[in-house]
Amino acid sequence: MRYLPQTQASRDEMLSAIGVDSVDALFKDVPKRAFVDGLVDLPNHMGELEVERQLGAYANENMGASDGPFFLGAGAYYHHIPASVDHIIQRSEFLTAYTPYQPEIAQGTLQALFEYQTFVAQLTGQDIANASLYDGASATAEAALMAMRVTKRSKVVIGNALHPDYREVLKSYVDNFEGTVLGDGGLDDLDNETACIIIQSPDFYGAPHKYEAYRNKCDEVGALLIVVVAEIVSLGLLPAPVEADIVCGEAQSIGLPMSFGGPHLGFFACREKFVRQVPGRLCGATEDADGKRSFVLTLNTREQHIRREKATSNICTNQGLCALAFTVHMALLGEDGFKRLARLNHEAACKLADTLSAVDGVEMVNDTFFNEFTMKLSKDSREVVEALVCKGIIAGLSTDDGQHLIVAATEMSRDEDMEAFAEGLTEALA
Amino acid sequence: MSADAKVVEMTQDEQTEMNRGLHYEENLLWEKKRSDHPGVDLPQPAGLKSRTGVLERGDIGLPQVSEPQVVRHFVRMSTWNYSIDHGFFPLGSCTMKHNPRLNEKLARLPGFAHIHPMQPESTVQGALKLMYELQDWLAELTGLPGVCLAPAAGAQGELAGMMTIKRAHELKGQSQRKVVLAPDSAHGTNPATAVMCGYEMRTISTKLDGRLSIESFKEALYKTCDKGSDIAGMMVTNPNTCGLFETNIVEISDLLHKAGGYFYCDGANFNALIGKIRPGDFGVDVMHLNLHKTFSTPHGGGGPGSGPICTTDELAPYIPVPTVVKEGDRYALQWADSRETTLGRMKGFVGQFGMHVRALAYMMSHGADGLKQVSEDAVLNANYILSQLKDDYYVPYDGPCMHECMITDKHQKEAGVTTLDIAKGLCEYGYHPMTVYFPLVVPGTMLIEPTETESKDSIDRFITVMKGFAADVRAGDTEKFHDFPLSTPRRRCDEVKAARNPVLRWR
Repeated sequence: MRYLPQTQASRDEMLSAIGVDSVDALFKDVPKRAFVDGLVDLPNHMGELEVERQLGAYANENMGASDGPFFLGAGAYYHHIPASVDHIIQRSEFLTAYTPYQPEIAQGTLQALFEYQTFVAQLTGQDIANASLYDGASATAEAALMAMRVTKRSKVVIGNALHPDYREVLKSYVDNFEGTVLGDGGLDDLDNETACIIIQSPDFYGAPHKYEAYRNKCDEVGALLIVVVAEIVSLGLLPAPVEADIVCGEAQSIGLPMSFGGPHLGFFACREKFVRQVPGRLCGATEDADGKRSFVLTLNTREQHIRREKATSNICTNQGLCALAFTVHMALLGEDGFKRLARLNHEAACKLADTLSAVDGVEMVNDTFFNEFTMKLSKDSREVVEALVCKGIIAGLSTDDGQHLIVAATEMSRDEDMEAFAEGLTEALA
Repeated sequence: MSADAKVVEMTQDEQTEMNRGLHYEENLLWEKKRSDHPGVDLPQPAGLKSRTGVLERGDIGLPQVSEPQVVRHFVRMSTWNYSIDHGFFPLGSCTMKHNPRLNEKLARLPGFAHIHPMQPESTVQGALKLMYELQDWLAELTGLPGVCLAPAAGAQGELAGMMTIKRAHELKGQSQRKVVLAPDSAHGTNPATAVMCGYEMRTISTKLDGRLSIESFKEALYKTCDKGSDIAGMMVTNPNTCGLFETNIVEISDLLHKAGGYFYCDGANFNALIGKIRPGDFGVDVMHLNLHKTFSTPHGGGGPGSGPICTTDELAPYIPVPTVVKEGDRYALQWADSRETTLGRMKGFVGQFGMHVRALAYMMSHGADGLKQVSEDAVLNANYILSQLKDDYYVPYDGPCMHECMITDKHQKEAGVTTLDIAKGLCEYGYHPMTVYFPLVVPGTMLIEPTETESKDSIDRFITVMKGFAADVRAGDTEKFHDFPLSTPRRRCDEVKAARNPVLRWR
């Protein structure tokens, strides 16, 4: 077995040093009934080539975004990842390090996290950011729980079209905490018992939102305003949600492949007055015994390993390497590159909107958008999606009512892809 | 945190001044001179009129440097990290084993990396098949057939496990069960999770031998109701956080089940059992697994993890959605509309799929024979370390231990050398320290987990260093310990200062 360095001779030597005659003697505390009789019922070990062949065959059974025209978004986006990103995150020193509990030998990870937190704070227009959460959905749920702690209230209001996955995860977390989630009533649901209102922008259907009215109402009733951003590239073109108390969401678009839904990157930023209520890890600057600038994980007293049942969250491992990928990609993009990327995404969506709205049977639902928008189709959108799969096109997301199609364009969308999509759509709707 | 809290700046000159040999200082991206060109070349936008319906964003304040500068920046920073690829990493309860690169390669195949979780199922059959097989492998290894791969990491798996228990009680009309039992040696995530579920945590004190006794368990179980009818369940790590197998686990789980509670097992220490012992066979009802521990997916400096849960048939109806099911020769995701008893959803999409690929590749590489060897070697290595250090360090609990062993600084502390000093000494001598000051039940603990991917030579060198420290202390050579580490990129960092005046970003 290629991953196991012990030899039979070294095992025997160690057993005799311990003073037992077999390895089973070391398992003497385990009750008999818990032992497997012989081996578990699974295949025996395989060489690298065999594993690669078998799993490679599985990969080939999938139709990937790189195989043809691709217009699906809805919270996970197909973007280009510069080669240096993957090179850096595969360096052993980053890839195979642990959570930086020993700062003297983990300054690389720590400085990267400090830079990550700075990027997220700048993009969201917030004072501070944490060192990442699992994904956009659980970050939204953690934001709602934090609002419940801060306000000591238990009602959470979904203010607009929040991603359905986020909605469901939010409900699982908040229900569990004996809170209530209200949706669809918008501002009218806000009252003196409301902990927060959650506004996604661009919303699930792709429309950007303004925050002023929500801010005013929140101030009136003492609730927090949570802004959710599921496509972080949008923050290169749309104004920063500075009105918000918490901005959270999904940053997969910068540096991470879609990977069938994970690992992605939940981000979380807020006003600095809430710093002691923030869930997850925080990296802070300090100095070492020689007075040199250094970085450490800080404010640990919020966390489960110190506070135990009084912790702000149970989170421990988060998305460290994903945050690094984001940081490297952001460093490559820089101010001009990030804003240009955002503009290219928007222009791709403008082109796509023009191309598709010329098709008979297509009606634009939102005429304001960033890189994603929704169309009403004259035929069942679920069938349209399936029909386009047969032409090698991933068309977008059909809504559950079968009437709408949500489509996204990014810098990856070429003119010929859009034309193929329009052609396919014309046939499917004819 | 005050608004003027700023990071101390490092100028280019200071950076140059501090470089020595192969050690390069590196300032923050924001401290670098702005380049005209970013590190990407993107096409010129056409200049179309915006259709966002909102104002266009102005300056963000991001740094801007070219690609070679970016690469050098991060490569230099990487050299300040210790990693499993550098050397022995005996961090207890964290299972820092070798991370095979084959797994990285496979997860990056375009057919895995560039698929979207909401694509039509007909276009992702290979991905669903992989998840289905992973569910099967985990079910067989744990003896627990209900598997959900969705939880994002151990703590979320733990939460999913406890929410499964809560959902089961609710649907069985047992909502009065509000108390969860856990030993005082439990991981911090356990009580934090129980509270997130709205449960009250009741601590079971462990015996002098570091294990749960039937008496103290009964005392906790029947404390407020003589039949234990207010008990929702218990959270026990087995092997426990002292590295010991709970000898009374079968009797304890029988008592718990009789009282109507469920047994949640924290799977952080599954490396001691894999391929040899099945938790489903010692009474566990639900457990999570850390794919980033037992199944070798890289820790990545703090994630991404992946924390699937495995349950008995009885609890399977309540686990989160989605799970992967096989219908004829097709694979499909099962959602709440066809399993209404589910507790709902824990995570967006289907989970950390990239980690699923890596974990399955790991298990296929080992197979049934190799996985059994994994647990046997892991346990052998830990016991060997214990046998070699027991004359130099205080051993609170006699062996045999499982995959990790515990020693403390009791002997050294009398001479003024603490566990922290020993940990920092290991940093100086080219090791990542063991887990220190955890679990909390014994003062000054050092929890050493070698894993199976170390050779005897590697372990012997570590033992030599540890014995050397003990000898130095005995000889009165203790002063140096307070100064360790000396040769690392940074010396001891002022954590009090960091917390008193938090500086969490560049400004």
